[in-house]
Amino acid sequence: MTIPTIELDHLSVTFNGRPILEDLEGSLSGRAIGLLGPNGAGKSTLMQTLLGFHAPSSGTARILGMDIRTRAREIRHHVGYMPENDAFIAGMNAVRLVRMMGELSGLPKEEALERTHETLFFLGLGEARYRPIETYSLGMKQLAKLAVAIVHGPRMLVLDEPTNGLDANARRRMIEIIRQIRDSGHTQLILSSHLLRDVEECCDEVLILKDGKIVVYTNLEQERRENRKFLQVEARGETSAFLRMVEARGCELAVNGSSKIKMVLPAEVEIRDLYRMAADTGVQIGKIDYKRDSLQDIFLKAMEAPNGRL
Amino acid sequence: MAVYKQTYRPYDGTLTEPRWRFWVLARYAFEQVFAWRLMLIFFVLCYVPTLIGGTFIYLHHNLDALLAFQIPVEEILAVDADFFLVIMGFQSTLAFFMTAVVGPGLVSPDLTNGALPLYLSRPFTRSEYVLGKFAVLATLLSLITWIPGMLLFLMQSALEAGWMMSNLRIATAIVAGSVAWILTISLLALALSAWVKWRPVAGAMLFGIFFAVAAFGGAFNGILRTDWGLMMMLPVVINAVWQWLFYGVVAARDYPLPVWTAFMSLGITCGVSLWMLARKVRAYEVVR
Repeated sequence: MTIPTIELDHLSVTFNGRPILEDLEGSLSGRAIGLLGPNGAGKSTLMQTLLGFHAPSSGTARILGMDIRTRAREIRHHVGYMPENDAFIAGMNAVRLVRMMGELSGLPKEEALERTHETLFFLGLGEARYRPIETYSLGMKQLAKLAVAIVHGPRMLVLDEPTNGLDANARRRMIEIIRQIRDSGHTQLILSSHLLRDVEECCDEVLILKDGKIVVYTNLEQERRENRKFLQVEARGETSAFLRMVEARGCELAVNGSSKIKMVLPAEVEIRDLYRMAADTGVQIGKIDYKRDSLQDIFLKAMEAPNGRL
Repeated sequence: MAVYKQTYRPYDGTLTEPRWRFWVLARYAFEQVFAWRLMLIFFVLCYVPTLIGGTFIYLHHNLDALLAFQIPVEEILAVDADFFLVIMGFQSTLAFFMTAVVGPGLVSPDLTNGALPLYLSRPFTRSEYVLGKFAVLATLLSLITWIPGMLLFLMQSALEAGWMMSNLRIATAIVAGSVAWILTISLLALALSAWVKWRPVAGAMLFGIFFAVAAFGGAFNGILRTDWGLMMMLPVVINAVWQWLFYGVVAARDYPLPVWTAFMSLGITCGVSLWMLARKVRAYEVVR
């Protein structure tokens, strides 16, 4: 049986009597889990609680099968954390900082030094590795935080707003690196972001939080698979015979104007069948697009839902 | 793996013993402290009282040398509790200056730049963090207080047969007195470093606690015509503790209060410092 990445068991967190997370429940098994939500939704608090920085006021959670209440130290041994805000030690260069953090995670001195150099080169900080971190640009500081998070080769990587404040190029580089780490197959990800694109590009499961509650859980991978045959077709010519023929094969249709047709194909109908039917009825297919509910649609629906739940 | 193979790989090698990981912090801090040349010079100067003490003990046992330097034997002081207390007084003053220089730079840089989550997201607890930082000061201060003090004790013991057994109390006093001082000023310096994020201000506050609070204690005594204000004067308090450790009694003119109040004063200082550290050394502060 596969151990879920995160299990939330009626997890609640309160700060000074104010509920921040309320009765979160669910089981997430994805390789990369995205946390979405507006500011103040509780994304960072959830991550910090999973790392043991805040004690749950009730309920609990398990990471890789380990309870956050009883096995926090063990969890932190397997996890790498990249905080949202600046996190460095003034006057320290990247090599010293990353090496020290590696040693604090239990790496022997020599191993920590070797992995530090590898990690900094992997992230593209090789040339700047002996410069004090406070002299780095924002993008480089983000990469230095990522280096600290991965130097010990964790089983799980917790990334809090990793693309915060980055320009387009730096953001693309960061996303590429995150995907590379994910695709290595050794590390699972939890990524919090307010940028839907980041989550969409990196994650296969998404948890949307609003006011400390889970409003949507969606498996993007499954969503993509299920919506694979939801098509938007642009047809030219007299389409009525074509539509009748397509409908007769069990397709669901919605015609928008004269030429744009939305259709959901049953499993036995392939796209090449559409072209064949179009040819038989004298219709020319100009363009076919796969359409699905985008993460943006899902997010907006979640935010608009009056009771906070879809 | 070579650095040219730029890829991500997990780590499945051996791990170090968790209970000694706090020492990693101390090791990195030492590198930083001694990278500052002035600090290195000051550290070497801290051995001057020990050198003078060692020379004195040598002369005390070397009649030829006394004659050569034309020093009358009757003017040579005895090597006894008084002698070691004076040496310890000098060493402890230097230890205080060392703490004022090194201490504020230990915690405040981590807090200023939000580095605490980096430490505490590892298998490394808040207590281990404090222990690691404390180890820096405890090691440095031990190297200039009780360790050289004990070397002088052993030197005297080696030069005078039977002296050691009749003066074991001095050895205990050197170690216990220094440890009490190190514990108090180290925890206080760390606590101030955690609360005052600006390093020079944290250093200044350490002096402030010693001298301004002592002045307040004096004013308290003057206004209320009492001696209880002495408990706020850490130099007076530690001197009382040392006297008690070295002689078993405290001179009433120096500290007229019961000796337990001196220990209590040190205990309260350490306790408050630990409380301050517990409040500040957190990955994230919850804002009210």
